[in-house]
Amino acid sequence: MSLYILCMILFCIGIYGVLRKRNLVKIIIGLAIMGYSINLFLVLLGYRFHGRAAIEAETQDILSMVDPLPQAMALTSIVISLGILALVISIAIRIYEKYGTFDITKIKRLKG
Amino acid sequence: MEVHILLIFMIIGAIVALEARDLLSSVIVLGVVSFALCLAFLILKAPDLAITQLVVEILCLIILIRATIKRDLPLAIEGRWIFNTISTVVFICVFLYFVMLALRELPVFGEPIMAVVREYLEKGKTETGAVNLVTAVVLNFRAYDTLGEAAVLFTSIIGIVAVLRSPGKKKD
Repeated sequence: MSLYILCMILFCIGIYGVLRKRNLVKIIIGLAIMGYSINLFLVLLGYRFHGRAAIEAETQDILSMVDPLPQAMALTSIVISLGILALVISIAIRIYEKYGTFDITKIKRLKG
Repeated sequence: MEVHILLIFMIIGAIVALEARDLLSSVIVLGVVSFALCLAFLILKAPDLAITQLVVEILCLIILIRATIKRDLPLAIEGRWIFNTISTVVFICVFLYFVMLALRELPVFGEPIMAVVREYLEKGKTETGAVNLVTAVVLNFRAYDTLGEAAVLFTSIIGIVAVLRSPGKKKD
């Protein structure tokens, strides 16, 4: 149970980074931290004490493995988070080219 | 126990990454957090995830360093910080309330329910022929999810090309 709570503390640090920081790169780092904590939480849900990795061997009881379903879903989630991060970073680079700053309070003009 | 140490390390690293003065060092500390996540996946018996996280993390570091290099700006701190702090505290409190509701319903750590996956575990070898069951789930039982993941990746690539391409007219 303490591992779940530590994971949620990591998620709260991500929320703090997204809402409180004024630099665009810091906001993106906060998003990445939130993604890490959620992936770790999914894997923690499927862990079994003294379980084996979900790879079949000859002399293995099926029910002594860890749960492979959350691992598969987290695999999808990791790759999608790469796509999200690349898109957000490209938008940030574009904003920097246009306004010359990463500070979100200085980006005020809406028309180009 | 090792996972506790790694998680505390990750929490400290996340705080350092958010509070560091210049952007390049905060990006590199984010890389440290992610490699600790790789180790945690290995300890939690998820080797496929550890490999994927390693590759994805190196790509993320390259992209982030491309964005931040030579653009090292001093951080402004003052201005509207009361409103921002209050909204942050409110959001974290709402999130923690829902976490508190959810933690009562979760299974105990170390004893997963495995209601859905039991069928996959029993039929996995005979129906798909894959020895690695994570691969069997990703590429066979849940193949439509993987198809959707590929669609999301291509959509994000289209978005990146549309955002980053050079504009048609010249400014001179």
